[in-house]
Amino acid sequence: MSRFRCPVCGYVYDEQDGNPREGFARGTPWSEVPDEWACPDCGVRDKVDFEPDA
Amino acid sequence: MSASAAPETAEQIAIEHSEDELPTAWRDPKRYAWLLGLIVPTLPFITWGLVRATGAGILWYYGPLLVFGIFPLLDLMVGMDARNPPDSVIRWLEQDRYYRWCTYLYLPIQYAGLVLACWLWSHGHLSRFEGVGLALTVSMVSGIAINTAHELGHKRARSERWLSRVALAQSGYGHFFIEHNRGHHVRVATPEDPASARLGEGFYAFLPRTVLGSLRSAWELERVRLGRQSSSPWTYRNDILTAWAMTAVLYAVLVATFGIVVLPYLLIQSVLGFCLLEAVNYLEHYGLLRQRREDGRYERTRPEHSWNSNSAASNVLLYHLQRHSDHHANPIRRYQALRHVSEAPQLPTGYAGMIVLAVVPPLWRRVMDPRVLAHYDGDLRRANVSPRARRRLARGAAAR
Repeated sequence: MSRFRCPVCGYVYDEQDGNPREGFARGTPWSEVPDEWACPDCGVRDKVDFEPDA
Repeated sequence: MSASAAPETAEQIAIEHSEDELPTAWRDPKRYAWLLGLIVPTLPFITWGLVRATGAGILWYYGPLLVFGIFPLLDLMVGMDARNPPDSVIRWLEQDRYYRWCTYLYLPIQYAGLVLACWLWSHGHLSRFEGVGLALTVSMVSGIAINTAHELGHKRARSERWLSRVALAQSGYGHFFIEHNRGHHVRVATPEDPASARLGEGFYAFLPRTVLGSLRSAWELERVRLGRQSSSPWTYRNDILTAWAMTAVLYAVLVATFGIVVLPYLLIQSVLGFCLLEAVNYLEHYGLLRQRREDGRYERTRPEHSWNSNSAASNVLLYHLQRHSDHHANPIRRYQALRHVSEAPQLPTGYAGMIVLAVVPPLWRRVMDPRVLAHYDGDLRRANVSPRARRRLARGAAAR
């Protein structure tokens, strides 16, 4: 399971947790998140701008 | 350092860290000034007191008089303040809870004032002219409450997002915190954003476009979000519906308590309240445009895509909203830590004075259009130009 971080505000999308409020159930892989999905916390960056989180 | 020994305030923190990080102990010059923002929600009380003290019924209009008359003058008198907190204290400054309470306190005062206004409308023997004056005064509280809701709605904490909706209930503009965070911030300074005004677009053309466009966009954002959960938008989990339900309950309780006589006044303060907010939207990005990159996406939002102002009076009353470029770069950053950015285009005066210009479109164009042109070195192709103004310009060019 991988994690991806918003470079602006530090929000992390963790595949294990998903983001149920946004409609991504637990375990939803990053590849199933649409490209135009914007960071749910800051809205400044889109999915494609997210960086892998170590 | 253990959590329990954590310093309480940013002032103490700055002093404690002065040896290794700061050349001198830093004190926040605006720390106590933020309490002045609470003058706005007390307006119904101040207005009532002024009328009782003087007997002058015209003073029920004190709210708009203050916002459109006294605040612009204060901006001119108090002048500019471009000072920034040192980078090393930003994080600490944000953690100081004192600043949050300055915004939270707006809400109880706001609603106490609304209850007072309803009592005055129903039992205060006001003429219709005076009742409308009080509604206009209340609309200033309602509109500036959207600014408070804006500060709260950008935060991660659920409690603050909930307070944001409470602040919006008075104006009935509950969809704002959805559209603003997920719509406006994503599409700012592009023709696709209903809340970014275009060069040549007068305020009265912008107003219906932003009100309807933002509503449509907010609904679409919630529909798509709930659709991913295989849910219809008609659910209690729809944040727009729950926010509007707060308004419906609020108005129903006020009408049940004070009588149907208060309803027209509630509607006046709601509509004028959100028009005040949209006037602020109008000036924040007027004519500014993000360029399209080769891959078809818009360039990132940069400081040059928002109009800023360092006028100290408006900045204190609006929780640094005028440091708008830093807000768009770091939307979650708390108001007390927002910074002046020197690359950002500057308005000639504070938001309060600019709103007065905005409602008189010929005056607005005379002041702002040359500034937009200068910002783009005269190259209109780089500006966000209204389609109508573009056609007008093309006709003018063809005639020459």
